[in-house]
Amino acid sequence: MPEIEKIRRPTFKFPKSPTGIQGLDDITLGGLPKNRPTLLLGNTGCGKTTMAMEFLVNGIEAYNEPGVFMAFEEKTDELILNVKSLGYDLDMYLGKNKIYLDHVHFDTEAIMETGKYNIEGLFVRLEQAINKVKAKRVVLDSLDTLFFGFDYKILRSEFKRLFAWLKEKKVTAIITAEMGSAFLTRQGLAEYVADCVITLDNRVHDQVTTRRLRVVKYRGSVHGNNEYPFIIDEKGITVFPIISEPLDQKISSKIISTGVNDLDEMLGKKGFYVGSSILVSGTAGTGKTSIAAAFALSIVNKKMKCLYCAFEESPSQVMRNMKSIGLSLEPMVQKDYLRFYSSRPTLQNLELHFISIKKLIQEFKPEVLVLDPISNLMTEGPNSGVRLMLTRFVDYLKTLQITVMFTAAITEDLIERNPNDEGISSMVDTWIMVQDAEADSERTRTCTVLKSRGMAHSNKVKQFLISAKGISLKAIPAAKTKDRDNSPEKNRS
Amino acid sequence: MSKKLQINERMSSATNAGKSKYVLQLFIAGILPNSSRAIQNIQKICEEHLSGRYELEIIDIYQQPSLAVTQNIIALPVLIKKFPLPEEIMIGDLSDKAKVLEALSI
Repeated sequence: MPEIEKIRRPTFKFPKSPTGIQGLDDITLGGLPKNRPTLLLGNTGCGKTTMAMEFLVNGIEAYNEPGVFMAFEEKTDELILNVKSLGYDLDMYLGKNKIYLDHVHFDTEAIMETGKYNIEGLFVRLEQAINKVKAKRVVLDSLDTLFFGFDYKILRSEFKRLFAWLKEKKVTAIITAEMGSAFLTRQGLAEYVADCVITLDNRVHDQVTTRRLRVVKYRGSVHGNNEYPFIIDEKGITVFPIISEPLDQKISSKIISTGVNDLDEMLGKKGFYVGSSILVSGTAGTGKTSIAAAFALSIVNKKMKCLYCAFEESPSQVMRNMKSIGLSLEPMVQKDYLRFYSSRPTLQNLELHFISIKKLIQEFKPEVLVLDPISNLMTEGPNSGVRLMLTRFVDYLKTLQITVMFTAAITEDLIERNPNDEGISSMVDTWIMVQDAEADSERTRTCTVLKSRGMAHSNKVKQFLISAKGISLKAIPAAKTKDRDNSPEKNRS
Repeated sequence: MSKKLQINERMSSATNAGKSKYVLQLFIAGILPNSSRAIQNIQKICEEHLSGRYELEIIDIYQQPSLAVTQNIIALPVLIKKFPLPEEIMIGDLSDKAKVLEALSI
């Protein structure tokens, strides 16, 4: 059916106005609907004002589109001060006539209604403001404050008129409103008046706050419709969509040794691919940190840099323990080939961890990153959010060609219940599992490679020995295997 | 709104000395039904209750848009009682006479 193919080829591109907000333009495939109003809904303190302001500032900085910010809550001087902490110098834009700030305060308590009215005054003010800076972007923050106390019947028509007016003025607008705003819910207006509706959410789970963004509606355009976690830091807003990093990262065929000769032997290419991700999972005390430390040491010994993120033990503890198995990390810390990032997971939430780590990466430029253990981070917040962020983080590392090794403490029953996927295994390229097996009244550590993308790997379960000389892997003696299996042959022989 | 709509009515306070003089500002947006109704209503009230001791200024915000910011105007029409104090703000076409009289403390 070649005709249909032809018809369906998307030649028309919906005009969009990029927000310049990392991630948001990816979800919306280019930004907000150009010359139309977008409704930004969310509860108090979930980042509406910040997002709207970033949209304006990016408009000025990156797209040469001046903006109008009409605040109904914050006074202009408060607003200027508040966004200063995000690095926005509104005074400068005011000086260059690139932004117009207007604070509209309306004390309905002191006002008496004596008959029919409209909010034409707002339109007059907006028009003036738009003309003054030749604005292409407009923010109204927030609708609830503006409309509080006004007659619903009047506002219903005025709200529609406002949207129509903004379209007529050919400005790309963000109008913020409370989630479940009495006005919007009662009138059901958000549903059909706005061309684009985005909701922000600030959820607390296990005392950890996660911010989320969702594009609820986007007339005339496809969009990512999942909930995406986002963060606000001194660099502004970052939304974490998985789609953000296209899956066409530079793929390296270079190999980096695991730092353990016997482990190299188990992998078809005698090591990990540069820029790949490795998961070392296992129950407590199986030697995950030892594998990670051996890897880290081999890297720094080659005069490459490694960032070691310790979430369970302090750096000095890791160094002491590793020294006992012949892995001397300390000199490399002194030479600044190895750096530790350590933080109790409870001290910060996950998004801040990733931000701090990202910053360190930018500063230190390591070739290898170790996260030991990632499972500690996963106790934070709901798992899905963690997984999403982790995927995004791994993608980020891939684009930088940083090899990352995660360790994860996984309980045995969890493996039994769900042996093929404990959350992060699907996103990693190589998965090594270390286990503790009890046989002949002694515990034996075993090590096996469960997967290794892009190369053959041994399917043997090896005995995993840690001694003062380091790590070695040995084939499990045949007799021992039989013992453990408690096979009938043994009884016969 | 090409025609300038600015009606300044100044009545001298000669007759009702002793009682305070009223200073009122009515902001409207062009000649719309709401605007004309508000003008008619306030003029009627002034004549009936404040004859000879009021000053009513009618301002078309389309003609002087900058006043919308300085006077912090959103809803229109709006009547502001500047004097006697305290200042009172009434939005709407002033058809609720009882409310207007109450706000003007007449």
